[in-house]
Amino acid sequence: MTAVQPQTDLITLIIDGFEITVPKGTLVIRAAEQLGIQIPRFCDHPLLSPVGACRQCLVDIEINGRAFPKPQASCTIPVENGMVVKTQLTSEVAHKAQEGVMEFLLVNHPLDCPVCDKGGECPLQNQAMTNGRGESRFEGKKRTFEKPLHISSQVLLDRERCILCARCTRFSKEIAGDPFIDMGERGALQQVAIYEKDPFDSYFSGNTVQICPVGALTGAAYRFRSRPFDLVSTPSVCEHCASGCSLRTDVRRNKTLRRLAGNDPEVNEEWNCDKGRWAFQYTMAKDRITTPLIRENGVLREASWPEAIAAATKGLQGKKAGVLVGGRTTVEDAYAYAKFARVALGTNDVDFRSRPHSDEEREFLAAFVAGSKVRYSDIDVADHVVLVGFEPEEESPIVFLRIRKQVRKRGLAVTAISPWNTRGFKKLGARYVGVVPGGEANAISALTLTNQSVIVVGERLSESTGALSAVAEIASKSGAKIAWVPRRAGERGALEAGAIGNLLPGARPVADAAARVDVAAAWSVDSLPATIGLDSKAILAAAAKGEIQALVVGGVDPFDMHDPDFAGLDSAFLLSLEMRPSAITERADVVLPVASVVEKSGSFMSWEGRTRTFEQALPESLYQSDLYLLSLIADSLGAPLGFNTVRGAAREFGTLANWDGARPTFSGKSTSASAATTVLASWRQLLDNGSLQINEPNLSGTARKAVARVNAKFAQSLGVADGDLVTVSTDRGALSLNVEISDVVDNVVWLPRNAVASQSLRMLGALNGAEVKVRKGL
Amino acid sequence: MSKLTPVLSAHWDERDSHTLAGYQRHGGYNAMKKALAMDPDAVIQMVKDSGLRGRGGAGFPTGNKWGFIPQGDNKDHYLVVNADESEPGTCKDTPLLMANPHVLVEGVIISSYAIRAKHAFIYIRGEVTHVTRRMLQAIEDAYKAGFLGKNILGKGFDLELTLHIGAGAYICGEETALLDSLEGFRGQPRLRPPFPAIAGLYARPTVVNNVESIASVPAIIDKGAEWFASLGTEKSKGFTLFSLSGHVNNPGQFEAPLGITLRELLELAGGVRTGHRLKFWTPGGSSTPIFTDAHLDTPLDYESVSAAGSMLGTKALQIFDETTCVLRAVLRWTEFYKHESCGKCTPCREGTWWLVQILRDLENGKGSEADLAKLLDICDNLLGRSFCALGDGAASPIMSSIKYFRDEYIAHLTNGGCPFDPVASTLFASSKAGA
Repeated sequence: MTAVQPQTDLITLIIDGFEITVPKGTLVIRAAEQLGIQIPRFCDHPLLSPVGACRQCLVDIEINGRAFPKPQASCTIPVENGMVVKTQLTSEVAHKAQEGVMEFLLVNHPLDCPVCDKGGECPLQNQAMTNGRGESRFEGKKRTFEKPLHISSQVLLDRERCILCARCTRFSKEIAGDPFIDMGERGALQQVAIYEKDPFDSYFSGNTVQICPVGALTGAAYRFRSRPFDLVSTPSVCEHCASGCSLRTDVRRNKTLRRLAGNDPEVNEEWNCDKGRWAFQYTMAKDRITTPLIRENGVLREASWPEAIAAATKGLQGKKAGVLVGGRTTVEDAYAYAKFARVALGTNDVDFRSRPHSDEEREFLAAFVAGSKVRYSDIDVADHVVLVGFEPEEESPIVFLRIRKQVRKRGLAVTAISPWNTRGFKKLGARYVGVVPGGEANAISALTLTNQSVIVVGERLSESTGALSAVAEIASKSGAKIAWVPRRAGERGALEAGAIGNLLPGARPVADAAARVDVAAAWSVDSLPATIGLDSKAILAAAAKGEIQALVVGGVDPFDMHDPDFAGLDSAFLLSLEMRPSAITERADVVLPVASVVEKSGSFMSWEGRTRTFEQALPESLYQSDLYLLSLIADSLGAPLGFNTVRGAAREFGTLANWDGARPTFSGKSTSASAATTVLASWRQLLDNGSLQINEPNLSGTARKAVARVNAKFAQSLGVADGDLVTVSTDRGALSLNVEISDVVDNVVWLPRNAVASQSLRMLGALNGAEVKVRKGL
Repeated sequence: MSKLTPVLSAHWDERDSHTLAGYQRHGGYNAMKKALAMDPDAVIQMVKDSGLRGRGGAGFPTGNKWGFIPQGDNKDHYLVVNADESEPGTCKDTPLLMANPHVLVEGVIISSYAIRAKHAFIYIRGEVTHVTRRMLQAIEDAYKAGFLGKNILGKGFDLELTLHIGAGAYICGEETALLDSLEGFRGQPRLRPPFPAIAGLYARPTVVNNVESIASVPAIIDKGAEWFASLGTEKSKGFTLFSLSGHVNNPGQFEAPLGITLRELLELAGGVRTGHRLKFWTPGGSSTPIFTDAHLDTPLDYESVSAAGSMLGTKALQIFDETTCVLRAVLRWTEFYKHESCGKCTPCREGTWWLVQILRDLENGKGSEADLAKLLDICDNLLGRSFCALGDGAASPIMSSIKYFRDEYIAHLTNGGCPFDPVASTLFASSKAGA
C-alpha cells in the first residue's frame, strides 16, 4: 500500500527443527503459525495484549544452548536469535504439559457440549480433541453456578463454561475502552463480573461473544437457536454504516440466524459493532412487501409483475421526473438509479441524500470527496486526527476503534470540534473544542495542521454553513487529508456512481462537456442532460409545484429529511421501490418489492471509497434487486440500461474509470454567526429508532438512554437538576425528556435525533444550530 | 546460646523496644546518618558486598536487585516493602515489626536513598491490626523526628513513607500482584518482563523487598559489609531469623547465621515436644518440600537446602512429631492453596481444586494406590506450569510427602480412614501428657 516499508530487524530461530526468520518482536506462537505449526491456545489473541493466563501454549525453549528450566507460554515470549523451540510435536515435556493443562481446564468445565451454542465450533472442544488426553481422570465435584447471568440485555454469561481466559475483559478494556466487565472472586470461583451500578454498556459487546473460546458468553438472540454445522455461511458486508465491515452471515433454512465480524486487517480487523452484528431481523419482518402493489381507487392492491411494470412505465412515460435514491443502496443499484435518471428519464434530478443537505455540501463532495482515497491506514500514520460534525463511536464505530487503537499505541493526537464532549471523545483522549453549532468553521480555521493530518468530517457538518468551506480551505493550505464519513453504507457508493445532480459516474462533473461525452459514449447514447440536477429537497419542492410530475423513490424515509415537502409526494406519480411499508409506500402509485442485502449480491463503498463486494446469502430468494427492476422499466420505456444483473452493472461501472479531467471548482461559503440564544445540537446515536433495527429487543436494550443534555450552568438557569423533565420546543412542535447534565457548551441543548422518544428532526423540524425554547417540566 | 547472633532481635525483650526512644537507645538511626553522608551508589555497593540475599524466600541478592534500577532516567523510583507475610508457618516479619518497627523505617530510608526513591510503601498484611498500629506510630514518630519528609537531616533528601494495608490475599505477597493491589487493582501477578526494576509501581522503576531484607540494611551500614559477610556460609552470608513452630518445646524466633542446622536450632528451642520425636518439618514454610529427621544436620543455607531437595524459603521451620498424620497436614495446606489461588492461571486454579478432592478422599480411605500415581502426575502437571511460583508451592508438599511417607498414604486406604488420632497431635494433648 504505502510506498515505504518500515525497515524491521529480523530474527532467525528454529521451531521443531525448521528454521524461520520473522520480524523482531514476533511472539513464538505466531512464528510457529507461519510454519503451519499450531500450538493450542485460549487466552492468546493476536489483537489483544498477551496475558499468559491459560498456560495451554506451553513449549520447551532454549536460547543459545541454555534451556529454560520449565516450559514457557509461547504466547508471551518474543522470538530471539539462537532460539530453539520445541512444541508438542517434538517435545514430550511440552506435549505432556499441554495435555495436563487441557485436563485441568476440563476439571470444572461442564460436559454440556450437546446443548451448547459453541459445540461444533468450539476451540475448547476442538483442542481437547487435538491436544488433550482422550478421557479425563477427574472424578470429583465440579463447581456450579446459577446460569445464565445477563451481563447486558444482549450478552449472557454461563459462568460454569468460562475458562477465565480474560479475552472478553481484555477486549473491553483494551479495544472498546468500555471496562465494564472484569474478573471477580478468586481461584476456581473466579468469574467474569459486571459492576453493580454500571451495566455492560458497550457498543462493541458482541465481539466478546465472538472471541469467547468456549460457550460462556452467548448472544441472547442466538442462544439455543442453532448448531453451527447446520448453518451455511456467506462472507458479507455490513449495510448499517459506512465503516465497511467485513461480516459473515450464517443462514439456516433461508433465515439469517446470526452475523459475525469478518477478518479484514485493513478495515475492521476482527471486530464489528453490535448493530452490525445483531440488527438483521428487519430482513425477515412480517410486514415485508412480497408482491408488486398498484394503487386503485386510493387503495394499494396486489398486482402481477407485468402489470406493475406496465403501470410504472405508464406513470413515468413522457413526464418530467426526479429520482430519490436514499443512502442505503449498493453501488450497483445506485449506478442503476443514476443511469436510469439520465438515460430513461433524461434528467440530472437525482440525489442520494435523503437527509439534511446543502449545496455547499454537494459542491464539496464533487470537489474533494468523489474519487478520493483516504484510508484507515492514513489514520494509522496520521500526526493529528480532527473530528468535526462527527462522533465516531456513534456514527462510524470502526473508525472509532481505529483511532482509539492509534491513541493507545502511539498517543495519536485527536481534536474533537463539537458542542458536547461525549464519552466517545473522552475515550479517545481528544482535545475538546466546544463550539455552539454554527461555530465549527471558526474552530476549524483556528487549527494548525500538517500534510500528515486527517480531518474526519461527518455528513451533518453540512448543517453548519461555511464549515465545509473552512475544511476545504485548511486542507488546501496544510495538505491535510479530508475523510468524509457519511452515516449510511450506500452514500459514498452513490456519490461515486453519480446518483447526485452535479456528478456523473466516476466523479465526472455534469457541467463538463467532455465528461458528459465520456459517459454518453460508454452508455451508447447520443447525449446526456447538461443542466445540473436538483437536490432532494428541491426535487420534492418542484414536484409540489408541478414542475416535476413523477418521482422514482428507492429506500427513502421522508422523515429523515429536513422539512420534506409531502405535497410533492402526494401530487406526483410516485413509484416506490421498497422492502417494508413506509411513508413513501403510503403515498405511492406503484410499489415494487426489492431484495434486502441478504437476498442479493452487490457491493458497498466504505467511507474510504473501498469497494466491499458481497455475495447473496439467500440464493433461493425470489426478491429482485433495484437494478433489475429498473432495467425492466427502462426496457419498457424504450431506453434500456444495458444490464440487468449485479455483475453486469458492476462490470459497466468498473469500465468507467475515474475521471482524470479537471475537478469542479469549489466556490465555498462564508459562515455567519447565529443570532439564536438557545441553540439545538442533535445527531443520531448508533442504536436508535432506525428502521433497520426493528424487532431487536435485546439490541435496543443497550441503546443509550434518550436524554436532553445541557450543562450545569444552563440547568441552573432553567432551575432543573439531573433527571428532571424539560421540554424543548419550536414553532413546529415540542418534545419532553429528562435532563442529564453533561459537558455541553453554554446555551446549547443536545437531543438524540432519532430515539424513540426524541425524533428532533421530525418533531421539532429543527437542525443543528436552530433556535429552540427550553423550559422546565412538560 | 553461642549459636545465636541477635541483631534484629537484640532488644526485643525490652519493654519499649518498639518506640523511637527504645530504638535510639541502642544506636538506632545512626546507620541512616552514616548512609546519608555516603554516595548512594556506595550504599548499593556496600549492600552488594555484604552478600545480603532476599529474605522473602527466593534469596535473590538484594544489592544486585537495587543495581537494576536505571539511574539518571528522570523517572520517579519507588521502594516497596513486602510485609504481606501470609504463608502457613511463616511468622518472622510480624514479630519483627511488632517488637522493632523502627528498624524497618530506618532500613527504608537507607534503601530509598540508595535507589533514589522519593516515595516508599510498606504493604502490610491486613489482618495484623496490632502490628499495623505500631508501624503507623513508628512512621509518625519518624516524621516528627525529621527522619522522613522533606530534606531529611538537612541532606536535601526527601522521602515519603506510606503504609498500605492489604485486604488479606496470599497472592498479594507475590511481588507483581502486590504492585497491582497497591495501585488499587485486583491482586493478580503481572506478566514479566517488564520486571519491576524497569516498570513496577505505576510503571516506574521499583524495588520490592521483604521486610527482613530491608531491616537488615541498617546493621550492614552500621557494622560494615565485612562484618555481615563474616557470618553465615560462603554463598549464604549473614544472620537471619529462623521461626520454629509446631511440636517444639520453646517455639519462636531464633536469630542465627545461615548454615545452622535444625539439630542445633532444636537444641536452642528446647527440643521436640517432650516424649516425642521429629517426624517431618518444613525448611521454609508450607510451600517448600518437606524434610524428615534424615535432614537434621542439613545446613540451613540456600545451597545446602536446595541440594537436599527443598528450599530455604522464609526459614519457617514447622516441626511435626510422630503423632501427626502427614496426609492430614498436607491436605490442610492444599486447602489453603485452593482457597488462596488467585484464579489467573489454569494449573493452579483447577489443580488445587482437584488435589483437595483427591486428598480428602484418601484421608477418608477412599480410592486406591493408583490415586497416588494420579496425584503425583497432577502435581507434575502443576509444578512449573503455573503463571507464578504459588502453583509450585501447592504441589511441593504433596510430592515430597508421598516421597517420604508413601506407606502412610496407603495405610489410610488399608485402614479405611486415617490411622492417626488427631487429638494426639494437639497442644492440649501434650499438656495433658506432660501433666
